[in-house]
Amino acid sequence: MAMIEFQNVTFAYEDKPVLRNVSFSVAQRESLVIMGPSGSGKSTTLRLILGLECPQEGTVFVDGENICKMAEKDKRELRKKIGMVFQAGALFDSMTVGENVGYYLLEHTDLSFEEIGERVRKMLGFVGLNADEIIDKLPEELSGGMRRRVAIGRALLSTNPKIMLYDEPTTGLDPAAIENILRLIMKLHDEKEIATVMVTHQIADAFAVADRFVVIHDGEVAFDGTLEELRASTDERVQQFLEPFRKSFTKVANSHFINGL
Amino acid sequence: MKKRNVVIFSAINNWLKHFAYELQCQFLFSVKMVRAVFSRPFYYTETLEQMYNIGIGSLYLIVLTGIFAGQGFALAFSVELADFGAKNYLGRIMAISIIRELGPVLAGLMVAARVAAGITAEIGAMKSSNQIDAMVAFGVDPIKKLAVPRLLALMVMVPALAVVCDVIAIFGGWIIALFIAHVTSTMYWAAVKERLIFGNLFIGILKPVIFSFVIAFVSCFKGFTSEGGTKGVGKATTQSVVVSSITILVVNFFITKVVFSLIKGWL
Ligand SMILES: Nc1ncnc2c1ncn2[C@@H]1O[C@H](COP(=O)(O)OP(=O)(O)OP(=O)(O)O)[C@@H](O)[C@H]1O
Ligand SMILES: [Mg+2]
Repeated sequence: MAMIEFQNVTFAYEDKPVLRNVSFSVAQRESLVIMGPSGSGKSTTLRLILGLECPQEGTVFVDGENICKMAEKDKRELRKKIGMVFQAGALFDSMTVGENVGYYLLEHTDLSFEEIGERVRKMLGFVGLNADEIIDKLPEELSGGMRRRVAIGRALLSTNPKIMLYDEPTTGLDPAAIENILRLIMKLHDEKEIATVMVTHQIADAFAVADRFVVIHDGEVAFDGTLEELRASTDERVQQFLEPFRKSFTKVANSHFINGL
Repeated sequence: MKKRNVVIFSAINNWLKHFAYELQCQFLFSVKMVRAVFSRPFYYTETLEQMYNIGIGSLYLIVLTGIFAGQGFALAFSVELADFGAKNYLGRIMAISIIRELGPVLAGLMVAARVAAGITAEIGAMKSSNQIDAMVAFGVDPIKKLAVPRLLALMVMVPALAVVCDVIAIFGGWIIALFIAHVTSTMYWAAVKERLIFGNLFIGILKPVIFSFVIAFVSCFKGFTSEGGTKGVGKATTQSVVVSSITILVVNFFITKVVFSLIKGWL
């Protein structure tokens, strides 16, 4: 069964149209990567999945239910099963790093403070941060890349997510951190049998994570399919979007920077 | 080109529509806020933290304004009363005017200026940096988490500050009585005590409780509905202080008018 399903969704912010007649679905255990030019409506798509916005036309089903028609209380219960990494991090700036990462546990479980602290340290280690050094710092004292990792740690440290949403989780990180985080995303995806949706501009990350790709162009779904289908796609908008990647990879290959490429 | 009067009418029409919409939003928000007070979970830590911030943080402001306002009142009254040879009534007038009006309004306005601005700015900044969205995404109700602790803290602290303000202002009056108006201590305090009756004290507590709701409601609403980044937060903060201050003065008048006629027997 589909965990997330968009049926002919049309959405506008006040009078600015963003999505037009968008349909796609994500099954349980499936990982979907959404790509597309800047401003095409990718972050908005994630906001619709969380029910932070409601479409003017069409329906967004999450776990079989229309999230916009649910009672507030049921919405909260459903959202507890969704993890989200916001594009700008959206860390709670008046809380310490430790409180941020442990937010879900502090808010929704009866675990002792020590127990939560233990798990937070572990998670900080996972995302490649030195827990002892930063756990009591405020987010503003961290570098941009560190903040992003804290945001990812915060989303990953919930009890049993069914859906994980990542909005450009690897942008602005160094290659080692990217590798770490992608591994973490995949580990969570495989172990917990969840549906994963990742928005990214990094094509290498997309290939590492995705079972399926959706390309959004100008508010419409320009492509929906597997890697093979993406490669074979003759759609002009998809070609136009992929061309720069092809070029840059060719450049790397021509420079003999990577052996055997 | 459009006719002038058409333009004006459509402007008025738009303004009315906007006003009605705004009113509806405010009403829904206040319903949500009150309902959230009575539903679980209850955030103890946040509430205590806010109580400390609001209560202890505003104390020096209240003490300072209270003492000078009380002295000002006493000076003016004593001169007028001296004309009638009624200086011994100074304590009575001080007690009534301060407990019923000055204490509650001063505490309300000072907290509105200091705390309402802070609440709106904080919530507005959280909103513009997606922190409110993040909270919602975690299955937390931001009204319950942010607005309710502030409302409860204000409901406890504004009356407490009003009482402090009363005491300090009456004390300030005593200084004037003693050293400038030459009313004896015994006379002053006896006159004050005479007016410490149920009706006055009731109004003196009821008013700040209602003001606290005004402050909490306006400041949270302005914060949650602020739009347009840093500039928008700045605008919302200004509006929050202006609207809550004016509302306090207007509400104060109506409480005096309505409640007085209701509890005349105890005055
Ligand atoms: N709160 C908002 N109010 C009005 N318009 C908005 C709002 N948020 C986004 N938009 C507009 O909606 C469109 C889609 O925005 P969105 O954030 O979904 O893009 P995106 O695909 O995530 O882009 P990027 O890759 O740059 O993150 C943009 O044109 C943007 O200007
Ligand atoms: Mg985006």
